[in-house]
Amino acid sequence: MNNTNNVRYQWRRTKNQIILATIAVLAIIPAIPLFVILFQLFQKGISSLSIDFFLNLPAPPGEPGGGIKNAIVGTFIIVGLASLMGVPISIMAGIYLSEYGKESKFAHLVRMCADIFQGVPSIVIGIIAYAWVVKPLGKFSALAGSVALAIMMIPVVVRTTEEVLRLVPNILREASLALGVPYWRTVLKVVLPTGMVGVTTGVLIAVARIAGETAPLLFTAFGNPFMTYNPLEPMNALPLLIFNYSMSPYEDWWQQAWGASIVLITIVLLLNIASRILARRVAGEK
Amino acid sequence: MNDKKLSLPSKIWDDVFRYLAFGSGLVVILLIVASLITLIIQSWPAIKHYGLSFIWSTDWDPLAEKYGALPFIVGTLLTSFLALIIATPFALAGAIFLGELAPKKIAEPISFIMELLAGIPSVIYGLWALFFLVPIIRAFQMKIGAPPYGLGIFTASLVLAIMILPYALSVARDVIKLCPNDLKEAAYGLGATRWETIRGVILPYAKSGIVAGIVLALGRALGETMAVTMVIGNSSTLPSSIWDLGNTMASVIANEFNEAQGLHLAVLVEIGLLLFIITVIVNLIARIFIIKTRV
Amino acid sequence: MSIENPIFRTEDLCAYYGDFMAIKHVTMSIPEKKVTAFMGPSGCGKTTILRCLNRLHELTPGAWYSGKIFLRDQDILEMDPILVRRKVGMVFQKPNPFPTMTIYDNVLAGYKLLGIRLKKEEADRICEEALRKAALWDEVKDILHRRGTFLSGGQQQRLCIARALAVNPEVLLMDEPTSALDPKATLQIENLIVDLKNTVTIIIVTHNMPQAGRVSDYSAFFYLGELVEFGPTAEMFTNPKDPRTEEYLTGKFS
Ligand SMILES: Nc1ncnc2c1ncn2[C@@H]1O[C@H](COP(=O)(O)OP(=O)(O)OP(=O)(O)O)[C@@H](O)[C@H]1O
Ligand SMILES: [Mg+2]
Repeated sequence: MNNTNNVRYQWRRTKNQIILATIAVLAIIPAIPLFVILFQLFQKGISSLSIDFFLNLPAPPGEPGGGIKNAIVGTFIIVGLASLMGVPISIMAGIYLSEYGKESKFAHLVRMCADIFQGVPSIVIGIIAYAWVVKPLGKFSALAGSVALAIMMIPVVVRTTEEVLRLVPNILREASLALGVPYWRTVLKVVLPTGMVGVTTGVLIAVARIAGETAPLLFTAFGNPFMTYNPLEPMNALPLLIFNYSMSPYEDWWQQAWGASIVLITIVLLLNIASRILARRVAGEK
Repeated sequence: MNDKKLSLPSKIWDDVFRYLAFGSGLVVILLIVASLITLIIQSWPAIKHYGLSFIWSTDWDPLAEKYGALPFIVGTLLTSFLALIIATPFALAGAIFLGELAPKKIAEPISFIMELLAGIPSVIYGLWALFFLVPIIRAFQMKIGAPPYGLGIFTASLVLAIMILPYALSVARDVIKLCPNDLKEAAYGLGATRWETIRGVILPYAKSGIVAGIVLALGRALGETMAVTMVIGNSSTLPSSIWDLGNTMASVIANEFNEAQGLHLAVLVEIGLLLFIITVIVNLIARIFIIKTRV
Repeated sequence: MSIENPIFRTEDLCAYYGDFMAIKHVTMSIPEKKVTAFMGPSGCGKTTILRCLNRLHELTPGAWYSGKIFLRDQDILEMDPILVRRKVGMVFQKPNPFPTMTIYDNVLAGYKLLGIRLKKEEADRICEEALRKAALWDEVKDILHRRGTFLSGGQQQRLCIARALAVNPEVLLMDEPTSALDPKATLQIENLIVDLKNTVTIIIVTHNMPQAGRVSDYSAFFYLGELVEFGPTAEMFTNPKDPRTEEYLTGKFS
């Protein structure tokens, strides 16, 4: 009796250890490809990085010395314009949810729409921006790309803004109101500044997300081998360049695609890391 | 002395600001409504012309104006579910490992790195897969006697699996972490081993959250475009095996939209509309599971 | 008992949260430039009636009132709430300086948040005056440009008092201003209240009977939303008229 119990116990312990070990191994495996990607990216791309690579315009295949200046500038213009369009309206909508709508039916509808919109594939948003901007203007443009990216960042910024503002203690609102400050000024000058670090985190996360998007730019910003600063012209962007070069049959373009990927991933990772550091600061302050 | 300045109509600004905020909230709703309407209007010629048969028809020949979306619907479902099947065990194991087994000192930096990697743009996954994964798969296909394209449904699924894994994992991990300590301690108190506690207490507790994570990941996979477009092979025939070349709904739009005109364009928009509807439904389902976890 | 020239006068004031009536038919007069203490067991409505007096009550969802509240001879329920709150300042139970602002900006928040531009000398003068009134000047005069949240709890509470005083209110409402503070900080605030009553009318909610005895001239005793008794503090403490007041004062319920 005692003996069988003991055997059973031994078996349970062994089984426990086997399964836990399996879980640990399974958990480690997916990290491998992710590290391989980063490693290969730097291994293959690092040789294309040079001052010229950043400062020159693209060269035709076979000609040495081509750079990605136009794509870097284009990415900054397109993403910057998208933020200019998307951020103010998102913050206002976040303010609506946390300061006015709260638990109302309409506010829940807004929340639901934002959540649903986060799941809409980026290629579909590209089609929508095509219909809204490219068709009426009659040509591809950086502006159309920015509209697509602005649409993509709205749900992210709306929801983080709301969450952050809800964390602002009510006694601060009351302190301001009790001084005779109108509600709208209370929101703008007390609530928003108190939550500003968190709101900035949300914006950075959203910008990091859209900076690497390719699909919504395919039929909006379209790409452009030349340098342009005009948002009403087709414009190149890093993700577009990477896509076009890697799908081309030219080996030296592939090489440049790797180099451009290092630049893009550095931008995206820096934005992400900055947002985490800020987020940690918010958590630390509480 | 200052009270005079105060007697300005402060109420008006209060109203203006409130309406601005409300209007911005309204924009979020209108955005989704307007998107839907836009997609319907732009695809109307195709909807009118082909009706529902568009969904079952397998012929895709823009020159002959024959458009059937079935190859792409199948391509999308096949790649997404294959990716899910590949990713789920790893995601679940990773979630248990990071959420329950690993000490905080190990779990936190790993989670941090995972979240950063989840931010890698999909075009970079595509680039990597094109030049690294494709040759490996090609070699493997030669070995097993499958057509050695390297590209194709299976390759696309594999990239998708790598891409969606962090999403499924982090949602599941967060719910597993939420499991209250006294529940776990009760199980340990009864003499349960660590695994018995995980299986008997933690997993049942986190079930809805885990499902939500998987469904959210499915939503991502369904709509993922660039990486898939780069490695799936861009073929518009109905795939007959996972080694075949193919196209997903997203990749056919990415590949053909810029050259398309007239009815062809409308058909591509209709595929976009279909994708929009499918992903909205999938995300609604995920939301239901998320709400369940809160209860 | 009658009060000559009261600064506040309520007439049949009732305050509600939805269907729940938290303040029941209160008619009372608050004397000017005196300290009045509101007392009563927990949940009797002290905070609620205090928040009626500067119209913060209506900000709670579902909250409403009936009756009249006269500030001198104006019914504040008919006034612009912004103007009411400029005249009737408030200090809260938990110190709540604005975390994003310096000490200096916190004191001047009543101007800055409203977008009122002050000349530098005027701003400095108002800031110093308010901090002196709040007995905080000597402690912070060299660190005016540090965040207000760096201060100790008692200093933060005096900063909040300075912030409220900076806009020259006629009345200062204080809701248990010392309940989050240690005895030393409490004593400082009590001394401050006594010093302030020549300049401003103070209404203070307190659970601490010795405190009410030390600082207040008049006391109001509430029970289940009703005003049970109102009168000079000394009189009420030595000779309560209502048995419920007596029970409370002798500690039968708290
Ligand atoms: N936001 C609210 N919604 C509904 N009822 C409320 C709300 N705030 C207070 N009440 C109720 O109103 C009554 C009076 O509350 P109030 O906060 O004024 O009491 P109080 O005398 O200040 O108590 P304490 O001494 O504990 O601070 C209580 O019964 C309370 O439950
Ligand atoms: Mg109270």
